[in-house]
Amino acid sequence: MTVLLRTEGVRKAYGGVHALDTCTVEVEEGSVAGLIGPNGSGKTTLFNVITGYAKADAGHVYLADRKITNISPDKVFALGIGRTFQLTRIFASLTVLENMLVASPNGRAAARRHAMEQLDFVGIAGHHAELAGTLSYGQRKLLELAYVLVADPAVILLDEPAGGVNLSLVNHIADRIRELNAAGTTFLIVEHNMEFVMGLCDRVTVLDSGTVVASGPPGIIRTDRRVLDAYLGEDLEPAEDE
Amino acid sequence: MSAVMDTMSRQRAATGLALIVLAVAAIAFPLVFGSPVVTNYAVYALIFIAVVTAWNMFSGFSGYISLGHAVFFGSGAYAVGIAAKAWHINGIGVFALLPLAAAVGAVIAVPFGLIALRVRRHTFIVVTIAVFFIFQLMAFNLNSFTGGTIGMSAPFLPWTPTAFNDRFYYITLACAVAAVVIAVLVRRSRFGLQLRAIKDDEDRARGLGVRAMRVKLAAFVLSATITGLVGGVWFLYLTQVLPQSGFDPLFDLSLVLMAFLGGLGTISGPIIGALLIEPGQLYLTIRFTNGYLSEILLGALFLLIVIFVPRGIVPTAGEWLRRLRTRGRPAVAPVQTSTRAETRA
Repeated sequence: MTVLLRTEGVRKAYGGVHALDTCTVEVEEGSVAGLIGPNGSGKTTLFNVITGYAKADAGHVYLADRKITNISPDKVFALGIGRTFQLTRIFASLTVLENMLVASPNGRAAARRHAMEQLDFVGIAGHHAELAGTLSYGQRKLLELAYVLVADPAVILLDEPAGGVNLSLVNHIADRIRELNAAGTTFLIVEHNMEFVMGLCDRVTVLDSGTVVASGPPGIIRTDRRVLDAYLGEDLEPAEDE
Repeated sequence: MSAVMDTMSRQRAATGLALIVLAVAAIAFPLVFGSPVVTNYAVYALIFIAVVTAWNMFSGFSGYISLGHAVFFGSGAYAVGIAAKAWHINGIGVFALLPLAAAVGAVIAVPFGLIALRVRRHTFIVVTIAVFFIFQLMAFNLNSFTGGTIGMSAPFLPWTPTAFNDRFYYITLACAVAAVVIAVLVRRSRFGLQLRAIKDDEDRARGLGVRAMRVKLAAFVLSATITGLVGGVWFLYLTQVLPQSGFDPLFDLSLVLMAFLGGLGTISGPIIGALLIEPGQLYLTIRFTNGYLSEILLGALFLLIVIFVPRGIVPTAGEWLRRLRTRGRPAVAPVQTSTRAETRA
């Protein structure tokens, strides 16, 4: 497997607080990678550095072999990295379909067709004409995923896709991720729902205080002593199927 | 489905009919109301419809409130005056200078925008005010160029008073219609969509590939171009420009008030705002010549709008109509997630 997305020794400090400290993470092409860690461990900061929302103080970010460190978010998106946010950020005063078309690189008719396909894929095509501000929180999560898909990104970074949504919607989102991954899309997912992460990811990286403390397959990670100490705790039972 | 299509067809037909009636009324207006006093009101209203529509095309769509559009308006006026004087242009030939007024607006907007659009919202407003005062001071102090406090006079147009007003009525009507058509096209385009996305969440828009700076600057320049051109027309109509009238702080406040009253970011809102405010303001200025009553009333009106119709007439009226139509039921049914299979079924 080739590495598609890589951060190499990334540092980021806010004042005296080191949000990221020599952080090196690799995401293999075609994989679903998980990024876990306690609150404040630097997961979202790493997303921000990768997608150009925050500038790295040191270190580099690579997409395939191309260095993309500190380039602007619109260029990062154009290069094939899409992301969602922990708290959904949709365009509330636009309709659902208009939200989709903001990200679309295609011409008008083709863009509409493709946007409707993606809305259909996530299950909210029936609401394309409604104002996005009228959607429920779960629906907004789906819309955010859908409009990232419009530009067919090579890598999608999902920041807590299962956060604050009901179980059936969590399963719905997980199914969509599996389908997209089967079609070749690479994912890097930040999530606190361990069942979601362990059931979906091929590889999990654990951050603590801005540093990678462990990385490996879910089965190894859930029994790693450093991970148990830093994040999961002692009482996480191994999964029955492992 | 066919019921929805029928409703849409009926709405389109009604809109088309309303536009035809409006066009006939606008064309026939000077024929029905021949008095120069009345057409004077109409010309000013049309000038402000064009300018507030141009302003709304940038500020209303993007959410960046500019208080510096008088820079383009005044510069357009001065550009026509300076060029006519330098090139000794008289008579109706001065209308050939209007593209120059538009170009001057555009040329000023590029560096202005490159500086001001680096900052967001409130800071942007402050920067636009600062640039405005720089231009006003330049108009006062560059005597050899602008005429200083004396200002500039427009070349003489060999028309009778009635013909003068009627012709300017149709010229300003053409400007207003063109501005509205451009605004409609912008709003319906991908460019307009990106502007509206910037208004909602600029950082998110950037993360979806929107080149925010480029989009904002393009809208700013387009808005300035129209404003500059209309400034040139205003100068020819008024036949003079002074630093305090060309670069008037109340001009920008009036634009903001018109757009907020009608509905910021809508197409029809700023038009309604201009039609309500500009004739009223002009009447008060003519009626009470001794000072600042119109300004005081303008300020009071702004406070009333902010308190009672903060979203403006058009969005608020739309909301009332929707409530009336649905009789209190939610207009949009609560959203439910469907699986792909359900959606297809």
